Amino acid sequence: MNIVVCVKYVPDAQADRGFDESDLTTNRESVDGLLSELDEYAVEEALKIAEAGEGEVTVVTIGPDKAADAVKKALQMGADKGVHISDEAIRGSDAFATSLLLAKAIEKIGAPDLVITGMASTDGTMGVVPAMLAERLGLPQVTFASELTVDGDGVTIRRDGDTASETIIAKLPALVSVTDQINEPRYPSFKGIMAAKKKPVETWSLADLGVDAGAVGAAGAYTKVLSVTKRPPREQGQIVTDEGDGGSKLADFLASRKFI
Amino acid sequence: MSVIMSRRDLDFVLFEWLDTAELLQHKPFDEHTPETVASVLDLAEQLSTDLFAPHNRLGDLQEPSFDGTTVHVVPEAGVALKAFAEAGFVAAALPEAVGGMQVPASVFSAALSWFHAANAGTGAYALLTTAAANLIAHHGDSRLRETFVPPMLDGHFFGTMALSEPQAGSSLADITTRAEPQDDGSYRVFGRKMWISGGDHELSDNIVHLVLARTPGAPAGTRGISLFLVPKYLVAEDGSRGERNDVTLAGINHKMGYRGTVNTAPVFGDGAFQPGGLPGAVGYLIGSEGSGLPIMFTMMNEARIGVGLGATALATTGYLKSLAYARERLQGRPVGTGPGSPQVPLVEHPDIRRMLLAQKAYAEGALALVLYAARLVDDAAAHPDRADEANAVLGLLTPIVKSWPSMWGPRANDLAIQILGGAGYTRDHDIEQHYRDNRLNPIHEGTHGIQALDLLGRKVLMDQGRALGLLGARMADTVQRAQTAGGPAAEYAALLAPRVARLGEVTKGLAGLDDPAAVTADASLYLDAAGHIVVAWLWLDQLLAVADKDGPFYDGKRSAAAYFFRRELPTVDPLLNILAASDRVTLDLDASVL
Repeated sequence: MNIVVCVKYVPDAQADRGFDESDLTTNRESVDGLLSELDEYAVEEALKIAEAGEGEVTVVTIGPDKAADAVKKALQMGADKGVHISDEAIRGSDAFATSLLLAKAIEKIGAPDLVITGMASTDGTMGVVPAMLAERLGLPQVTFASELTVDGDGVTIRRDGDTASETIIAKLPALVSVTDQINEPRYPSFKGIMAAKKKPVETWSLADLGVDAGAVGAAGAYTKVLSVTKRPPREQGQIVTDEGDGGSKLADFLASRKFI
Repeated sequence: MSVIMSRRDLDFVLFEWLDTAELLQHKPFDEHTPETVASVLDLAEQLSTDLFAPHNRLGDLQEPSFDGTTVHVVPEAGVALKAFAEAGFVAAALPEAVGGMQVPASVFSAALSWFHAANAGTGAYALLTTAAANLIAHHGDSRLRETFVPPMLDGHFFGTMALSEPQAGSSLADITTRAEPQDDGSYRVFGRKMWISGGDHELSDNIVHLVLARTPGAPAGTRGISLFLVPKYLVAEDGSRGERNDVTLAGINHKMGYRGTVNTAPVFGDGAFQPGGLPGAVGYLIGSEGSGLPIMFTMMNEARIGVGLGATALATTGYLKSLAYARERLQGRPVGTGPGSPQVPLVEHPDIRRMLLAQKAYAEGALALVLYAARLVDDAAAHPDRADEANAVLGLLTPIVKSWPSMWGPRANDLAIQILGGAGYTRDHDIEQHYRDNRLNPIHEGTHGIQALDLLGRKVLMDQGRALGLLGARMADTVQRAQTAGGPAAEYAALLAPRVARLGEVTKGLAGLDDPAAVTADASLYLDAAGHIVVAWLWLDQLLAVADKDGPFYDGKRSAAAYFFRRELPTVDPLLNILAASDRVTLDLDASVL
């Protein structure tokens, strides 16, 4: 079974992130980047499926030079090969353009049996790319999988909701997005790190994909960031003194913030 | 930014100062690249952050317990150590021939610093196992290598070093554990050990003890000591776990710090079990009879560098945590501003900055020292033609590498507690634990006093002071380059050079004393002075790597170097004065008057 996993290189969510003032895109210079944690679950699921049978796992990412690190991490975890789509014209692309580029890359890789993505990126957190990508590829979209089983020519997932879980079956080839409940991603290992050095990674430009520069980047975006506001500094916490009514006070606090 | 270790500083030391990229061009390290090294450091950061740091406090509060049969350790330690082994860290620095990854010692040390800093207690099990596997791989016969090394590398067996006994701690010549030869070539071991870290637990399938013992008729003193591999469980021909060996515990010790590492008093051959129906714990000789101590010391030197690294890592994490606190905590107002003015972060107060800069100077100086020593290990492997010189300098530096971070690391943690004030004295913050953990380092694997005797009594005087001469040449080279560079580097070189010369004079003076006891009576002072001079040299050498680079990181290096040269290096003068005067106040002291 040949599986393509789409991954994203994102700014470290633990760091103090910011935006480039000139075009309100993410400022990647001031913060370390990494493979989106939510995409690690997609890589892990693909590896588990591939290891259970035959086939290979190809990882695809889009981004600047440093985005190759996301591919490298996936290769170190065990993926077989990588594709890095990199072109200056891509800067400022929105989800629509991202799905276009991924679709073109997957077509170029060759029809996979399964496309796996995370449920969203940890920076944009829109969660729309899987659906857009499935639509472009003409694949059934089976999203938010907390459990995934491949059986013969079909795929079965469990999607957990607030009050019930759904079981969804689709025919292969299909696109599945997975949640952070589906598995426990493995860490790379020394052997994986050394093996990844020898794994093939191709870098493709817009021309390689046959995509016009006007269809991507800020110019081709259907959405636009109008303004950004820096996160307010952390406020001093509120100390609740328990005088026999600590529980009630805590409940009142949570209710006032609409947590309960 | 992580408060466990500074990745930026590790990258500086490895790549901007020690030129690791050049090292990786040489066998046996040429399979590695700067990119794979970066990935190894990424992996160390991730594992230590995800799996080691979260239970650091838990392992301290719920220290291991012994119910008379079994030692209980918090289960989180087992999960972390399993992941550590599965990632390949136990095998990383070993040669490929024995299943290792041939990672340079300098890179491996940099990676391990994350685990020391994140959780010294849990990390110790893994580090003991790495060292024990390394020893067996180098000195064990083929059967021992094939039986025990692979399961140690994959984390199924853990290792220990069983040297001390209740009546013989620093004085190994006085051990009494005995090993009696058997017809099949094995031995039966009888005796009691003390202070053995990781001596029993359920974290692994088996525990491989490396035990020092005497054989019948062996000469008195250290030349009669042999080394034995004594597993908790015997291993069957097919590699499966066999009969229980006669290794039990008399009890466990309850420590001030490093509580996550169980410290035990093992008993060998006391009759609790009778493997094969015979009395005694089954042991296998490593090397030849009488060669136990030299073999064990190949592991001890590695362990001593590891202790220096651990002390460095705890100093670093204490510094980073107190720095983060000082940046956030609003407290007081600058001198000259009224009570109505807003409070400022602690870091705005000069006395707080003094304590932060001192910690930085100690922690980053210690890191430079430890990784420089590890690089000497790598140089010896990468350049066989220069191995003799590298090993001579390494041998000389080893007691300093072990002891200097161990003395000044706790001092750094002490300052970190001070910065947090009352909060630092509570268990709500990590730093008091780092301080307690770090306080072990001047004691274990050879106390500060033992290291001092090793330095002054053996290392500087052996081979007519050859190693000291080689080290002096390296220092002179740095001084010369600093003079050429001009600016602060030249200023610091002018502070360093006369003290290096003075150390040489004092050494000659001590070597010329008629009374052998007088030579080493104040060896600890000698070690303190020599350590500060060596670290000052390495600060100067780092400053040359900083050169005229811009940015806060490099300015921080410049400030720490200035602090060390202006505030710390001058403190060696009174020590050297005492040594030069051959002061006998402690030597001639009648202990009965105390």
